[in-house]
Amino acid sequence: MVEKHIINNGLTVLTKEIHHTPVVSHWIWYRVGSRNEIPGNTGISHWVEHMQFKGTKKYPLNVLDAEISKVGGMWNAMTHLDWTTYYETLPAEKIGIAIDLEADRMKNSVFDPAETELERTVIISEREGNENEPLFRLSESLRRKAFTQHPYSHEVIGELSDLRSMTRDDLYSHYQKFYTPANAVIAVAGDFSTNELIKRIQEAYSSIPSGKLETTLIEPENQIGHAERVVVEGPGDTLFLELAYRSPAAADDDFIPLMVLDSLLTGPASLSMVGGGSISNKTSRLYQRLIETDLAMSISGSLQTTIDPYLYSILIIANPDQDTEQIISAVDKEIDELVQNSVSDAEISRAKKQARALFAYGSESITNQAFWMGYSSMFSDYSWFDNYLSNISRVNRDQIHAAAKKYLTPDHRVIGIYKPTGTNNNHDR
Amino acid sequence: MTDNNSSFTHIPGADTINQFQMENGIHVLNFENRHAETIYMIGILANGSEQDPPQKTGLAHFTANLLSRGTENIPFQDFHASLEAIGANLTFSCSTRHSWFRGKSLAEDIELLFKLAADGLRNPAFLEIYVDRLRRQLLAGLALRDQDTGEVASLLFDQYLFKDHPFGLPVDGFVETVRNISREEIIDFHRTHYSPQDMTIVLSGAVSTERTKNLALQYFSDWKPTNKAAKLRQPIPPAPDVTIRKHRFLEGKSQVDVILGSFGPKRTSQDYLPAVVGNNILGQFGLMGRIGKSVRSSAGLAYYASSSISAWSNAGTWDISAGVNPENLNKAIELIRKEIKIFISEKVTGEELDNSKSHLIGRMPMALETNAGIANAILTMFRFKLGLDYYQKYKEMIIAISAENIQDVANKYLHPDQLVITSAGPGEENL
Repeated sequence: MVEKHIINNGLTVLTKEIHHTPVVSHWIWYRVGSRNEIPGNTGISHWVEHMQFKGTKKYPLNVLDAEISKVGGMWNAMTHLDWTTYYETLPAEKIGIAIDLEADRMKNSVFDPAETELERTVIISEREGNENEPLFRLSESLRRKAFTQHPYSHEVIGELSDLRSMTRDDLYSHYQKFYTPANAVIAVAGDFSTNELIKRIQEAYSSIPSGKLETTLIEPENQIGHAERVVVEGPGDTLFLELAYRSPAAADDDFIPLMVLDSLLTGPASLSMVGGGSISNKTSRLYQRLIETDLAMSISGSLQTTIDPYLYSILIIANPDQDTEQIISAVDKEIDELVQNSVSDAEISRAKKQARALFAYGSESITNQAFWMGYSSMFSDYSWFDNYLSNISRVNRDQIHAAAKKYLTPDHRVIGIYKPTGTNNNHDR
Repeated sequence: MTDNNSSFTHIPGADTINQFQMENGIHVLNFENRHAETIYMIGILANGSEQDPPQKTGLAHFTANLLSRGTENIPFQDFHASLEAIGANLTFSCSTRHSWFRGKSLAEDIELLFKLAADGLRNPAFLEIYVDRLRRQLLAGLALRDQDTGEVASLLFDQYLFKDHPFGLPVDGFVETVRNISREEIIDFHRTHYSPQDMTIVLSGAVSTERTKNLALQYFSDWKPTNKAAKLRQPIPPAPDVTIRKHRFLEGKSQVDVILGSFGPKRTSQDYLPAVVGNNILGQFGLMGRIGKSVRSSAGLAYYASSSISAWSNAGTWDISAGVNPENLNKAIELIRKEIKIFISEKVTGEELDNSKSHLIGRMPMALETNAGIANAILTMFRFKLGLDYYQKYKEMIIAISAENIQDVANKYLHPDQLVITSAGPGEENL
């Protein structure tokens, strides 16, 4: 059972005791991501995340990473659209290290100028690695079209020109503004005593001033104004198509029905971003419509839980000689079918059972259990996670029908096409 | 060493893993894990891409992937409808020496996994329509692979390290070989190489051994072994005595992926655990060990730079990989070679050794957190004949490793001037 605690400087702590294995997973979440960036400093949240591994006075560079690693801990961080998170999963008796380290780097990261410059080239290298991927190039171009002014228009890694020009002081200001107790949520799951844990967290964080909860109002972008297309050309022998529709915010009542709709169209998707597995989608409607008719090689869907309306994407991989219009028309026919006709009870029941199974697979991992608590707090409340299965079980055919009609309209979407130009590379042996 | 009191009491061992062998040779191992409401099943058969005939590279992989495309009893649509209706998953795959199946479901649905795994392995339909469709999908996958700088560097590494040995060839084949594999060759491969002999099934989850045994007998006991002749295995070639440097140009890329390395210890070798502890220091611990500190943290040259060990029953590799801007490629290679030189010429420090051991011991409970982690660990113990108490003894085996042991294995397998170095991305081709 999840318990919520708020300590005196406004820091929220969510706990869930699980005692079957001597492991604890500790996550700290900050309400800052690419959504909080403006042109000129795109990518700054992700870069700050990198700088958080560069040390404090108490845990200098190389001491910081050794502290977790030498007890066998697994640790990392992620920056996303709405949030940045840092986690440590480690032997239960070592939880004190995670608490002390995260409390320290919430306030005391050094942001050494020389280290900042070294990290600039590391991040540019990360971006160059992304640029090697056709899908990154397509995604970046498509998002610029799908949003006119909202910060979701740029990739989390940021624009190259901004990565070249941002300064150490820009990064440090961003860190000071957003890394505060009031703007953070800690989520801990595993083998611990809640009372003792809260006492330790209180001791570690109580001296840090509260700061402010990030509540900057960003004008959401609702329906995409009109049908748009973006074509990216590049090397390779594979055609990629991405059909992107506006999706509702995760807290919107339409979100869960759209999740079920996505499951019917492209197959079930796991909620987790840290493993837990997937299941196949061969009986999904678009697999049947596109793969079983040899129009495409692969189909998948992507629906993200976000604060503001984002994008629901259908991604299709096909042979380069395939007619893109034929593929788009087939997708439209299938969606039209959903809009015009009723969905069977059996199909809805299948989607619900799939969601339950995926949830059970993910629940085996204590890391996932802690992830879900903090993750849902970033766009809603942890009750979103608690109520997830029951909300899924209540979805009915009318809601699915309404979601298809409202969101999946061909007049309000962006189609991205990656056209392969072939290659001169000879890979024969 | 850091006082690491990680509890090893819950780790599966000979006392909690139940096993039995069926008359046709299939070994079944079951670990009852009542903390989960799911089960995970993994199975392994003694055939793989090393059985691919010349010019038919990818045949074993093609065959394995067709096992879920419908059987003589269950059409493709019904096969997947029954799995997906209950949120279960079952896949078939292939490696150089084995074919695999992996399944998971809610515990209540375990019988379906047995039924479909058995039917897929024993009675695949290999219908022409699915052979053709899968071929197109595999070719699309190969087109993607051949544009991936990391994948291409890795293929080149295997090719130049293993030379003409089957391990030097990609399991998924080449465009020209997959294009030319016929349905008859697939049927013949299945008939010749799929047999219960040397097959192992491992289950972990909320299922009793009795239930597992009954299901295994129900679905597999009447599968008769074929009389396939034991394959004469080609010897692994000697390690390179000079550095081999190869680069494949891929247009339109921003970054080069590079791999440096040579052979490493076999999984069954006494050298394996000292190499694991040493490799942790070299390119894993913290932010990718000494290699990460040199190439990423100090020089800022790469987003990733780390080392890894892969080990099987008759071979192993030990390599370092990085993704760098083309302008920094040679600098990164030199930094890595320098680290290898230090690693083989100087003993690791006491602090490094203690930290590495503590890390490896501490992470063990996390590796065994899920049914998939447990089932894979049991299979590793069984197939490499490590003993079912291997992970229960793991802590004491790690503690016993010395700096001298590490330096000895480092010198045995790594030399800065005797490496295979392969890369792919921008830059002049050198093949």
